[in-house]
Amino acid sequence: MDKVMSNKLVIALYVLPALLLIMVLIYIPIVLTGYYGLMKWDGIGEMTFIGLDNYIKLLTDGKFWGSAYHSFLLAIFSALSLVGYLIISLVLAGKIKGANFLRKIYLIPMLLSSVAIAQLWLKIYHPSNGLVNSLLMSMGVDNPPAWLAEPKYVLGAIFVPIIWQYAGFYILIYYAALKNIPESLIEAARIDGANAFQIAYKIKVPLIAGVIKVTIVLAIVGSLKYFDLIYVMTGGGPNGSSEVMASYMYQKAFGTYDFGYGSAVGFFLLLICLVVTWIIRKLTANGEEIQY
Amino acid sequence: MSIEAKQQTQASVTVSTPKSESMLGKRIGYGVLYIVLAVIAVFQVYPLIWLFFFSLKDNQEVFSNSPFALPTNPKWENYTTVWTEGNISLYFFNSVWITVAAVVLTVLLASFVTFAITRMKWKLNKLVLGLFMVGLMIPVHSTLIPLFDFFLKVNLVDHPLSVVLSYVAFNLPITIMILMGFYYTLPREVEEAAVIDGCSIHRIFFQITLPMTAPVLSTTVIINMIYNWNEFIFINTFISSDKYKTLTVGIQNFIGQYMTEWGAIGATLMISIIPILIAFFFFSNRIVEGIAAGSVKG
Repeated sequence: MDKVMSNKLVIALYVLPALLLIMVLIYIPIVLTGYYGLMKWDGIGEMTFIGLDNYIKLLTDGKFWGSAYHSFLLAIFSALSLVGYLIISLVLAGKIKGANFLRKIYLIPMLLSSVAIAQLWLKIYHPSNGLVNSLLMSMGVDNPPAWLAEPKYVLGAIFVPIIWQYAGFYILIYYAALKNIPESLIEAARIDGANAFQIAYKIKVPLIAGVIKVTIVLAIVGSLKYFDLIYVMTGGGPNGSSEVMASYMYQKAFGTYDFGYGSAVGFFLLLICLVVTWIIRKLTANGEEIQY
Repeated sequence: MSIEAKQQTQASVTVSTPKSESMLGKRIGYGVLYIVLAVIAVFQVYPLIWLFFFSLKDNQEVFSNSPFALPTNPKWENYTTVWTEGNISLYFFNSVWITVAAVVLTVLLASFVTFAITRMKWKLNKLVLGLFMVGLMIPVHSTLIPLFDFFLKVNLVDHPLSVVLSYVAFNLPITIMILMGFYYTLPREVEEAAVIDGCSIHRIFFQITLPMTAPVLSTTVIINMIYNWNEFIFINTFISSDKYKTLTVGIQNFIGQYMTEWGAIGATLMISIIPILIAFFFFSNRIVEGIAAGSVKG
């Protein structure tokens, strides 16, 4: 038995192809991003070593910090919207007929590509014939704004399709976690006279704290690296007012061929994601995991 | 399922208690809840219905009638036009084969790794598993420039292999994670008996383990299908020739050219999402399961 199951050659044969792929296509590039950040490089020609210049430039680059600010705004909005998803899930996981059907309906936008979602919402926000402005005009608003062309509205306007895309995902996760709580615990609380709100707030939410923690990380880190939808809908515009870190990196590298500086932004993005993950884990660590 | 059924019986018990004074209040409360839930459902679905409607209109109808109006004279020819005149059919088949190739490779390689980690005995298995799991946390964008450079050096830029390999590498971690949960719950007796009978390790893997993991394999296949079908940034960065573009990038370019034709844009978008909607219609339980499994355990 042991001899067959510890055959080194077979293990190597089974593990190495996949391991090689993630090494070459994930881990080496991660290291190289940091390294390329030390170079002046247009992506095709020779690299010139310039030390920490790109990283120092990054620290004082107002455009980068503008994009970082937008990314963090999105992250905060996303984290706050989790409260709404949690409430919806608490309702759904209660005595709602058709809950299973509803949560599947909610999930549909999550399955579509960001490009399709972006193109669809470009039409929804169309200044004269889109859904939003037609609705506003029918309600008597005379000059509804061109949402995606106005610096003060554009980020908010982009956040709506993001909610549309991800709501079903988080509701699905919370719903599954809530359904896993043993009915006996809820029943015991009910017998002790707890009402529905107390049960939700004092029992159900603490019991799924671990899952909530994971979703906070997912929402925040996911927002920090958000790209596709913004790239297609506005390309970061108008005038940088919807630029986020990933779109800024992409624009620097593949737009202006400043691969060295783009790499520095990419490396910074990686660091921010890892640090934020670590901070959230620390902040939300409460020692014991609940078992039932 | 059983919990739900149980809750429903409990619900009917509470509702039928005769003395309950607050019954009316409770009913109104539930009524409000159902309305709220229904409004959310409409918010989630109506944009797609609207998309379907304007995919059947021509510009004259779009600009002169209310956007909420049904198409008066459905223009199905919008679909045939974009399918035959644009490159949409080409993009569609590229999406299909690139998705299929990446999914098959990912699920097979991930199964190999999961089998080796959970069933075979070797010292570095925890470390290797850790490497795959940390891969879950790496943002794609931070790897993009070196990846582009790497594919440039090995002459794979503008070659579909660059995209397929990237899809496989970046989906291996999540796939292995989902498989892992199932492998741990799978009894080992059958495999052990096979070893005692002198069965070779490859036959055990292909003829015993793989078939036994069919349910979780289908979950991972569907999840990978959705990820790859919708992927944008790799294909947008690595591929420049029309002949290799997939639907996500293809529709982006196509719409750039036909910016003003609402019907054509609508039809193109519908073509890109219909396969996903069909898959969802038939496999919604598997999709829900896969998305839940792929996220929470992180």
